[in-house]
Formats: sequence, C-alpha cells, structure tokens
Amino acid sequence: MFSLAGCQGGVLDPKGQVGVDEKTLIIVSTLLMLLVVIPVIVMTLFFAWKYREGRDHEIYSPKWAHSGRIETVVWLVPVAIIVILGGITWYSTHALDPYKPLDHEREPLTVQVVSLNWKWLFIYPEQGVASVNELVFPVDVPVQFRITSESTMNSFFIPQLGSQIYSMAGMETRLHLIANEAGTYHGISANYSGEGFSDMNFDAIATSDTEFEQWVTSVRQDNPTLTPERYATLATPSEDHPVEHFGSVSDGLFHQIIHRYMQNYNDWNEGPRHHDSAEHSSTDHPPAEQASVLPGSATPEEAQDHVATR
Amino acid sequence: MNMMTNAAHLADEHEHHDTGENTVFGFWLYLMTDCLLFASVFATYAVLFMNTAGGVSGRDIFELDYVAIETAALLLSSITYGFAMIGAHRQSRPATLGWLMVTFALGAVFIGMEINEFHHLIAEGHGPSQSAFLSSFFALVGLHGLHVTAGLIWMAVMMLEVRKRGLGSQTVTRLSCLSLFWHFLDVIWVCVFTVVYLMGVL
Amino acid sequence: MSLLGNLSLDAIPFHEPIIMGTLAVVGVAGIALVIALTVYKKWGVLWHDWLTSVDHKRIGVMYIVLALVMLIRGFSDAIMMRAQLAMATSGAEGYLPPEHYDQIFTAHGVIMIMFMAMPFMIGLMNIALPLQIGARDVAFPFLNNLSFWFAVGGAVLINLSLGLGEFAKTGWMAYPPLSELSFSPGVGVDYYIWALQISGIGTLLTGVNFLVTVFRMRAPGMKLMQMPIFTWTCTWANILIVASFPILTAVLGLLTLDRYLDFHFFTNDAGGNAMMYINLFWAWGHPEVYILILPAFGIFSEVISTFTGKRLFGYKSMVWASGAISILGFIVWLHHFFTMGSSANVNAFFGIMTMIIAVPTGVKLFNWLFTMYCGRLRLAVPVLWTLGFMVTFTIGGMTGVLLAVPGADYVLHNSLFLIAHFHNTIIGGAVFGYLAGFAYWFPKAMGFHLNERLGKASFWCWQVGFYVAFMPLYVLGFLGMTRRLNHTNNPDWNIWLYIACVGAVIILVGIVLQFVQLYVSFRQREQNPDTTGDPWNGHTLEWATASPPQFYNFAELPKVRDIDAFTDMKEQGTAYQQPARYAPIHMPKNTPYGILIAGATTVFGFAAVWHIGWMAALGLVGAVAFYLMRAYDSDVDYFVQPEDIERIESAHLQQVGVASTDRTGEVTA
Repeated sequence: MFSLAGCQGGVLDPKGQVGVDEKTLIIVSTLLMLLVVIPVIVMTLFFAWKYREGRDHEIYSPKWAHSGRIETVVWLVPVAIIVILGGITWYSTHALDPYKPLDHEREPLTVQVVSLNWKWLFIYPEQGVASVNELVFPVDVPVQFRITSESTMNSFFIPQLGSQIYSMAGMETRLHLIANEAGTYHGISANYSGEGFSDMNFDAIATSDTEFEQWVTSVRQDNPTLTPERYATLATPSEDHPVEHFGSVSDGLFHQIIHRYMQNYNDWNEGPRHHDSAEHSSTDHPPAEQASVLPGSATPEEAQDHVATR
Repeated sequence: MNMMTNAAHLADEHEHHDTGENTVFGFWLYLMTDCLLFASVFATYAVLFMNTAGGVSGRDIFELDYVAIETAALLLSSITYGFAMIGAHRQSRPATLGWLMVTFALGAVFIGMEINEFHHLIAEGHGPSQSAFLSSFFALVGLHGLHVTAGLIWMAVMMLEVRKRGLGSQTVTRLSCLSLFWHFLDVIWVCVFTVVYLMGVL
Repeated sequence: MSLLGNLSLDAIPFHEPIIMGTLAVVGVAGIALVIALTVYKKWGVLWHDWLTSVDHKRIGVMYIVLALVMLIRGFSDAIMMRAQLAMATSGAEGYLPPEHYDQIFTAHGVIMIMFMAMPFMIGLMNIALPLQIGARDVAFPFLNNLSFWFAVGGAVLINLSLGLGEFAKTGWMAYPPLSELSFSPGVGVDYYIWALQISGIGTLLTGVNFLVTVFRMRAPGMKLMQMPIFTWTCTWANILIVASFPILTAVLGLLTLDRYLDFHFFTNDAGGNAMMYINLFWAWGHPEVYILILPAFGIFSEVISTFTGKRLFGYKSMVWASGAISILGFIVWLHHFFTMGSSANVNAFFGIMTMIIAVPTGVKLFNWLFTMYCGRLRLAVPVLWTLGFMVTFTIGGMTGVLLAVPGADYVLHNSLFLIAHFHNTIIGGAVFGYLAGFAYWFPKAMGFHLNERLGKASFWCWQVGFYVAFMPLYVLGFLGMTRRLNHTNNPDWNIWLYIACVGAVIILVGIVLQFVQLYVSFRQREQNPDTTGDPWNGHTLEWATASPPQFYNFAELPKVRDIDAFTDMKEQGTAYQQPARYAPIHMPKNTPYGILIAGATTVFGFAAVWHIGWMAALGLVGAVAFYLMRAYDSDVDYFVQPEDIERIESAHLQQVGVASTDRTGEVTA
C-alpha cells in the first residue's frame, strides 16, 4: 500500500518536517501492529484449513476450552504491543503538538487564517497584506497559523505539509508548519461545511525568501484595502472563489472577526453588566474561553495578542 | 415526556404473577437513564453558565428566598408521598388518597412558582434567547419542571385509579414506581438548587 | 401561518428526476404490496399475527425486515455516491449537485447506523436472547412491541424526507453551527432530529427491557457466568445503550431548543459553544459503535463454537474482554476530534485509552482462533462470514489503532482513510456478524433452511466487493482526499475512485444475491424444513425448541447446569423429555397500542418538522391517550392450557424423533 501511495501529492509524500515526522510515525506504528496482525490472519486461515471437517486424523477435543498458558500469552502479546505503541504515542503527540512552535533557527512567519463560506482568507499581520485562496510563504521558514472561522467549522489542511486543525467561529486555534521544499501544494478544508465545501481549495505556495518579498510587494501595489465593509462582502457565501489580493488590511480585523458575536450582542444589550471573572471585562473574551474546561476546546484568543499559554 | 416517564411501568399488565418486582426494577433502570439525561444537561450548564454574553448572570436574577420556598414545597411533597405509600401498604384507601392529594398540591405549588419565576424572567427580558447561560438555565430547570409536571399528571391518574380500583397489587406497584420517580425528582432538585441557585449566587 | 405550517406543495421535489423516479418505484412497489396482501387475503394475518404481536421472535423478525428494507435505501445512497465520485473526476460536475449529494451522504450515515445496523442487531437479539436464557419472553413484551414501532416511526420520518422537503445536509453527526437554523434553515435537520429522537427512545426502552430480562428472567440454575456468550455481549451492549442513549436524547433536545425556540447552546452568537455538541455527540457516538459491534462478537463466538463442535475457548476472558471494551468505550470519545486543538496531554491520554481497547479485542480474536484449534470446522455460511470477519476486522482494527495515534490522525483525520477504516470495522465487523447471525438463526426463526449455494455466493461478493470498494479509499486517504467531497480534480485519484465504484457494484451483487437467496429459500421451504429445531447441533437453549419455536418458547422452563446448556442436556440424555403433565402457561395478548402510541408520536414528529401546531398537539395528546388506554385495558393476558401444550410438544417431539432416526442419531448423541 505504501508503494501505491508513494506517488505525488499525498500525506506520504511530505514536503515539510512536520509531514515527514508524521509519515515516519505512520510507518513505524503500522509495522509494529503488523507484528500481531499478520500472525492473526495467517493463523485464522491456517486453523480453518487444518481443522476443517473431514480431516479426521487431526486431534479433536471438543471439551478443551481453557489453557492458562495460552490465555496469558494472548493477553500479554497485545499488551506488549500497546505498551510500546502507547509510549510512541505519548512521545509523538507532544513532539507533534500543532500548537508547539517549531524548533528552528529562523523566526516564524505569522499568518492569520479565516475560513469563510466557502473560501480561505489569509491575513499577513507582519506584512500588512491579505489574500484569498492563495497562501504564499517562504520555504524553510516556520509558519505560525492562527486560525478562526467566520461561520461554520472547517479544518485547515495542507496534506503535504502535515497536521490539520479545526477553524471555529469565535475562537482561535493554532498550527505550526514548515515547507522544506519549494513548490505549490494543495490546501483544503478537511471538515465538511456545506454546499460549496468541495471547492474550498487553495494553493499553498512555498517560495524562496526573495520571491516571497516580491509577492508581498506586488500584492501591496494596486490592490484594495481589506476594510470591515469589504470583509463583510467577502463573507457572503460564494463557491469556487477566485484568488483575490488586498494591499492592506484594517487594524485588528482578525480580532474583530473573532469577537464579532460578542460585540453584536453588547450593541443591543444595555442591561446590567455582570462580569464573570473579576479582572476582565466580558468583551475581552469570546464565549469559547469560558468553555475551555471541555476536552477538545481551543485555546482562547487573547485580545492583547500575546501568546496564549495553555 | 409522560410516556417516557411511565415507560417501564407499562409492563405489569402482562403477567400478574411475580412481575411487580420486574416492573420496579425496570422502572429503576429507566430512572438511571433519566439521571444520565439530567447529567448531560447539568454538564452543559456547567460549561455554559459563565457564557452570559454580556448579559445577566445568576447573581443578578436568582432570588434565593423564593427558590427556598419552592424547594421546601417539593421536599415536603416527598415526605407526604411517603405517607401515601404507607397508606397504600396498609391498604387504606382514604389515607392514600388524602396524602396523594397533599402531595399533588405541594407539587402544584412548586410548578406554579417555577412558571411564575420563568414568566417573570422572560417579562424582564431575561429569556432563554438572551445568552447561553440563560438557555442552559431554562433548559435544566425546565427539564426538571417538565418531569414534575409529568409526575403530577401521573399522580392525578393514579388518584383516579385508587378511587376506582382500590389498592390491588398492580396499583400498588404503579404507586411504587411513581414514588421512585417522585423521590428521584427531589434528589435532582437538590442538585439543581445547589448547582444552579446556591452556586450561582455565591 | 397556514393550516399546514410550513408544508406546501413546493416541498415535493418535482424538479428532481432521480427523486421523483425513486418515489414512483416505491409507489408502484407499495401498490403491488397492497394488492398482493388483498388478493391473498393476508391483511388479517399481518395485523393479528405480526404487527400487533408482543412475541419477541416475531418482533425480531419484523426488526430484521425493517433493517433489510433500510439496507436497500442506505445502499442506494452508497452506490449513488460512489457513482457520483467516479463520474465527477478531473473537474467534471457529475450527475448529483451538492444540494442533493449532501443529503445523500447524510442520509446514508444515519440510515445505515440507526435504521439498518441497530434494527438488525436488536432483531437478532430479540430472536435469540430470550431463548438462550430459557425465558418465555422478554420482561416487558408490550414495551418491546412499542420499541419496535418507535424504530419504525423514525424510519418513516427519514423516508418521508425523501418526498416531502429535504433531509439534513450536514453529515450524519449534524455538527453545529452548520446544523443551526442560520446555516441550515430548511426542514432537513428537523427530520434528522425527530427521526433520531423517536427511534432513540425506542432503543433506550429496548435496552431497559432486555437488561431486566437478563437479570431477572434466566432459566432456573443459570448463573450470570453461565449465560451464552451472545447473551453476554448483548447485555454489555444494553448496558451501553442505557448509559449512552440518554446523552443523545439530551444533545438532540438541546439542538431542538436552539432551532425551535432560539436558545443558544451551540450557536456562534450569544455565548453558545458548538464544541459542547461535538463532545456530547461522541460521548454517545463512540459507545454506539460498541453497541453495534459487541453483539456481532457474540454471534461470531456462537458460530465458531457451534460449527467447530467445541466449547468456546476462554469464556471468562470473552466476558471480561467485552466488559472492558464497554467501559473503555466511554472514555475515548475525544479521539473523534484530536484536531480541535486540545493539549498534547489530553490528546495523548485519549489516544492511549483508545489503543488499550485493542487489547481485549485482540484477546477475543485469539480466543476464536483457539476455539477452532483442535475442532472440526464445518464451512457453512455463518462460518464463512466469521472467517471473513476475522481477517477483515483485524485490518480494520489496525487502521483504527493507527488513527488513535494523534500524530497520525493529524493528517488522516476526516480523510477517506477514516472512511475506509470505519467501514472496515462496521461492515467487516458488525454487518458480517449480523449476516452470520442471520444465516445461523434463520432456520430457528423461520423453520426452513436458507439456500447454501446462494448464501456462499453472496458472501464472496460481499467479501471481494468490500476489499475492492474500500482498499482504494485507504490509498485515497493517503493521497490527501478528504471525505464528503462532491467532485474532485486530481488525476492521481481517478483510478482509485473508479475501482471503488466497481467494488460497490460487486457488493450490490452480494446484496441482490442475499435477496434472491431469501426468495429461492422461501419457494423451496417445503423441501428444506428444519424439523429438528437443532439444525447445527447447537450448544445453547434456543436449539432445544422447535423451529420456529413454540410461541411460549419452553413448555417447561429448562434447568441449566452448564454454559453449553443444551449440549449438556443432550449428553445427559435429558433433552427432548416430556414431563408427566404440563402446567398452564400465562401469556400476554397481542395489542395494537404499540402501533397507535408510536404512530401518534410519529405524527407529532412530522408536525414538529413542519411546524404544524394543531397536528403536533394532536400527536402528543394521542400518544398519551393511547398510553392511558393501554394502561387501563384489562384484557391483556390469557393462559395456554396443558392439553394444548401437550399437543404442540408431542407433535414437535415426534418430528424430532423422525428426524433423528433419519439422521442416525446425529441429533440425540
């Protein structure tokens, strides 16, 4: 199966360190499990053949139903494999934690990602530009993605670079990836989000540093500003959206997107304001934060833009 | 809801011999599932109660005195139901009916006060649509209220049954199931009172 | 608001030729059925002997009929999806627009799990479990009938959505916020909610019913650790049902409040939290897959020990392994969303917990192996399904453990690899198990044998078709193809999509053969009767009855001293004995109230979908009224008289006697 999947484009043809590690993990885990899977399959077929009806020269012991030795072995073999695999899992889950910044000499590039119905918006806060359905970034530089959603839940995924993470409205999730080889990779939403989901693709283009600078410069020139109004237009559902560029982005747009539900609410609620936690005003916190007791909850977005610690 | 609450109780029509115990055991099992239903809604409340979306929180809207009276009515009704069961086991129709009526009245007081509380909140603009906190508050307390209402309907039916048929074994089995149900709702209410009202105000 | 709420003629999709064609076919088939029932004067039989029956064996048969009907529906969805994906390659649009396709994959998931697998499992449990523990019926026979009709009610709603309005376009999990009113304003999600809610209540009642049956109605002498293994695995499944279905009820209820009364549990705004839904959904959803698979494990255990003519190896291990799977099944739900951004500690914990489930599952596989060891395996159809399962499920288990490694899941999550994995376990595990059980208990339930050749042919089509259809999906997952795509544009994927479509066609042939087998076997039922009641030389008590079993199951409750109770009786020479005189048997009467209560509830569900206030009130009041009528109906039971029992039992024993002389003592060893 691995040889079949070795052809270009998939998760077994990784072009970045995260993806390479994940491929290794898949192969090691699979080989480990084959140690027990293959014997089971072979024994199934062999026993079924050897003890089939009509082979009266084989032993037949209809009451034999217990053997302490065999039972010990059949419990211990899977236990042993799972202990080893559990160790690998513990280690690899921490090593491959999508939230963990990559260990790299270069400073990471930050990209803010917004999933909309049905397209991707990439905001480059350091460069002050934005693009739709096109993600350009320098090769061999770690990229920190800060991900949210305008509406429904999606999953931000570039199969050849490795991990994916959900995008959810009103909260921020994070992902760290790197491309170690220049090229154009297929980017998708890996969580169904409605009618236009199938075409919610983008090109993830890993280029040299200079080409990246050139791209930023070209985007800055003669392209419109992504204002909240322009964003509202962009947020109306559209399918198979063409690539769009924005030469500048209004300040704090990403945070506004995360906080918009709260703000809407406060606009018309002039009633008594009660704050759940003493030191924060409730507008500083999206609803999701209070929910972080849940397993599976995303890291809360911090309004002041400092790195959230979990 | 009524159907659900009475569900396991259905069986005793079929086999008169020795099935009363099956019925009570089945009903008890059903109550365990109901307990998990409440647990899920409690969990939701626990996750969402701080999500006031800039609106009111428990401290702003809960009136402990009022709820304390509600609580007293419901707790008392459990005791009076106990007296009804004693009456039933003594085969005393008047005692059973009398205590059932008292229980029913106390339950009705509880439900009346709860409806009044809800009405009050909605009229003041604190309806369930205002925030996730209020949604989960109304859902949790309302779910309990629906159960109590179903219990009241069931109790009314049982009063008629006792009046018409007396206290045969089938009727006593049914009264025992309702008894389990009623005490169960009391226990749930103690949790609601603690988790929602007390902890909400503290 | 009109009298019919939001319902109008626009709700009928006249512009969809595929749907209208389907409706026409269903309509014609329905009319044909009505005519046939009228011509052959079968309405009375249908109503009095089946629809209103409180006999667990007949309810079991009706469950399986429901499952087979819904299998046709669910598989039609499947083959339409495979055809669409085989056509819509390299940028082509295919023949199904997203609007329609999204409903199909949602319906496929919901139908196959809730209305095919669950009824099939519960049907087999109904047929076999009370017999296996030597009981005359389940604890609450009327409740059993009611549960069945709740399942039918849900199925009716989901099928109505085909011709009236639409079904959900959310995927079978109906994750918010997509399933909230703001993103799914149509009636699709409402159909989803009420179909699941109504059938879910039925399932919950079944769980309660069978737990009481198992804990209180076992034959004299049968200790818990002497229960047949299928009964044990069903018991674990019922414990899971009782512990997990309330969570589904709750989460669907909360979504209902969001959609109908503007609550904010899972909305984006006003502080709602969609992650809460996802957690709660899988807190039910993961145990649900064990509810499906555990009884299948029990069937394989029964089949293997029966057809090797041996005791089951490691009975205690099997029981405890099932228990371990059940309990662990509750603490692994988060593995369905490792990619939600939990901390590494949380993800690793849930990953490792998930893997631990592989240990008891592995033990079970080894125990089946050692049951075959030193046995005499007859390669009958149930055995083929079992062997096919042991090979296929092992692969599915392996890919499952791989997905439990969070680092691997980060790239395989929601991909076709995942789709291949869970079809590998659900088809290769649960469905193969049910089909094994179907072939195993068919003679018991119906009194005649299934055609062996067609059964084998069907098995091979399923087995081969499964590999051809789903192995390519593993590859596509590695190639980066995600699930629920309506069309693709990647030349590397095309060949695998074509192969998968061919595989689906092979499975289709398998399904068709299954139905042909039923037809042919029915036509030849006179030639292939099961007169002994014990066609496979079985170990457990269901084989001590006639085929089909006497309606009271056991004239005298059997006395049990061994796990393989019937084998023990045969060896002791106590099987097929008649007592000096029979005692009268107390039996419940059939009743129409199950249909009436569930019917009224379904009317309520339908009215709720379309916001028809008066009809909803009518349905609800009707359900309660019918319930009360039932509660105060005094004509509910009767006694079977000793002379009738004597007559039925003697006739059966005479047949057994004839058969055993024919077969030179094979039965009464």
